[in-house]
Amino acid sequence: MRKVYLDNAATTRMHEEVFAAMKPYLLEHYGNPSSIHSFGRQARKAVEDAREQVAAALGAEPREIVFTSGATEANNLAIRGIARAQKNKGNHLITSAVEHHAVLDTCKALAKEGFTVTVVPVDEYGMVDPAAVEAAITDQTILVSIMLANNEVGTINPIAEIGEICRKHNLIFHSDAVQGIGNIPVNVDNLKVDLLSLSAHKFYGPKGIGALYVRKGTKLDVFNFGGVQERKLRPGTENVPAIVGLGKAIELATSDLEAEAAKLRVLRDKLIKGLLAIEATKLNGHPEKRLPGNVNVSIQYIEGESLLLSLDLKGVAASSGSACTSGSLDPSHVLMAMGLDHQTAHGSLRLTLGRDNTEEDVDYVLEVLPEIVERLRAMSPIYTGNEIKRS
Amino acid sequence: MYTEKVMDHFTNPRNVGEIENADGIGEVGNMKCGDIMRIYLKVNEDDIIEDIKFRTFGCGAAIATSSAITEMVKGKTIAEAWEISNIQVAEELGGLPPSKMHCSNLAADALKNALRDLEEKRAAQKTE
Ligand SMILES: Cc1ncc(COP(=O)(O)O)c(C=O)c1O
Ligand code: FES
Repeated sequence: MRKVYLDNAATTRMHEEVFAAMKPYLLEHYGNPSSIHSFGRQARKAVEDAREQVAAALGAEPREIVFTSGATEANNLAIRGIARAQKNKGNHLITSAVEHHAVLDTCKALAKEGFTVTVVPVDEYGMVDPAAVEAAITDQTILVSIMLANNEVGTINPIAEIGEICRKHNLIFHSDAVQGIGNIPVNVDNLKVDLLSLSAHKFYGPKGIGALYVRKGTKLDVFNFGGVQERKLRPGTENVPAIVGLGKAIELATSDLEAEAAKLRVLRDKLIKGLLAIEATKLNGHPEKRLPGNVNVSIQYIEGESLLLSLDLKGVAASSGSACTSGSLDPSHVLMAMGLDHQTAHGSLRLTLGRDNTEEDVDYVLEVLPEIVERLRAMSPIYTGNEIKRS
Repeated sequence: MYTEKVMDHFTNPRNVGEIENADGIGEVGNMKCGDIMRIYLKVNEDDIIEDIKFRTFGCGAAIATSSAITEMVKGKTIAEAWEISNIQVAEELGGLPPSKMHCSNLAADALKNALRDLEEKRAAQKTE
């Protein structure tokens, strides 16, 4: 059976060149970067080379890059680190309703410690309005955290504009840029961010490694103690092979970004067009300001998990914001924040394209999906088509 | 995460559809995740459930439990059908993941509502 992986926003297949770059650091160059001998020096050089690769990709300086275990840790470090370091200046944080839980739950935890958090709403496309961020600023505000691009619906936020506002008000600005790297240009000066999170496995690198960009002069409080690695911000022996992989992956992902993004956009638009040709479907997220590989539609009268199971039986890997797939039994907070009703969120389907996908993949999905939809709708008590057929 | 039996009922659901002039109809909405299930019953003079059909808007477990309960009920008496619990439906399917046990309530509750509807209709007929 044909296998079609369309869940690249969840994770991606490692690039062969990334694996090749990592392999020697797993098997041969196993020194600890803190050691003084040749083994250690070799590992140290690899870590610092990777730091330069990451910095170059973001338009940053190498010393502004802190390696972490991924974006979850980077988001925690950024938000908790600033909140605690700035608590004498104020106790107010601003974020948005569609952030990843690594941001939202960190803010919630800080709210329990006495910080106040304003969660700005989004429009019907899931986009944050810079004016809403500005309106939320008080004399107590210390940090604004708004994601670059949304992982569920692919909407790209006006980060540079929000960055401009933060500068005007002398506020520290963090952006979770996980979904942007390799898909859209990410330059820390153009985006006017002070902190930025990324995770390697979202752009064909290894899992469990990421980085936080920290603009020089930005002070973070630390909450892990031990060694002096990563300027004490992230103590502990570095994951050298993963760091090497991250460096290679970001170099590859940003070097041919335009060409890859153009290719993905063509596939994405074909897929969207084909899906919207199915009766009673609707696109979620912004029609234009959207990640090149993101497709998110709601298919009315059916439920996302049964849709995913059916697609999986056909070899297609996808995801959904349905309550039944969430484990918590709440539908996606992103879709709810965009004002979708429960039932429309229930039938949401996310297909995220990546570098390995071809036009044949898109054609295959468009071939198998209508049958699945028809089958599930025939079972659905709320599909009006059933009543039509009866009469 | 699902057993083979669940996947079998999911891919080949038994008794999907509606019964015209059903003797009892039961609908239930899952308060937890917003899913809906409807069950239709047809009963003969000997109180045996001759036919049963369902329609479900919900997850794989919800569809599989709907399908399984229709098989369990078909041919049983009304009294026997009242005895079927959600645990039995889950057992019939070789178990459900813990987070999906509430979906089996959906099927059991829809059946009970259909049986209640049936008895109410009968009571109404008697008083006529
Ligand atoms: C927008 C966003 N932020 C943060 C994360 C967390 O990344 P990781 O799981 O690699 O820490 C993800 C990945 O799921 C994401 O999509
Ligand atoms: S019906 Fe929603 S989780 Fe099963």
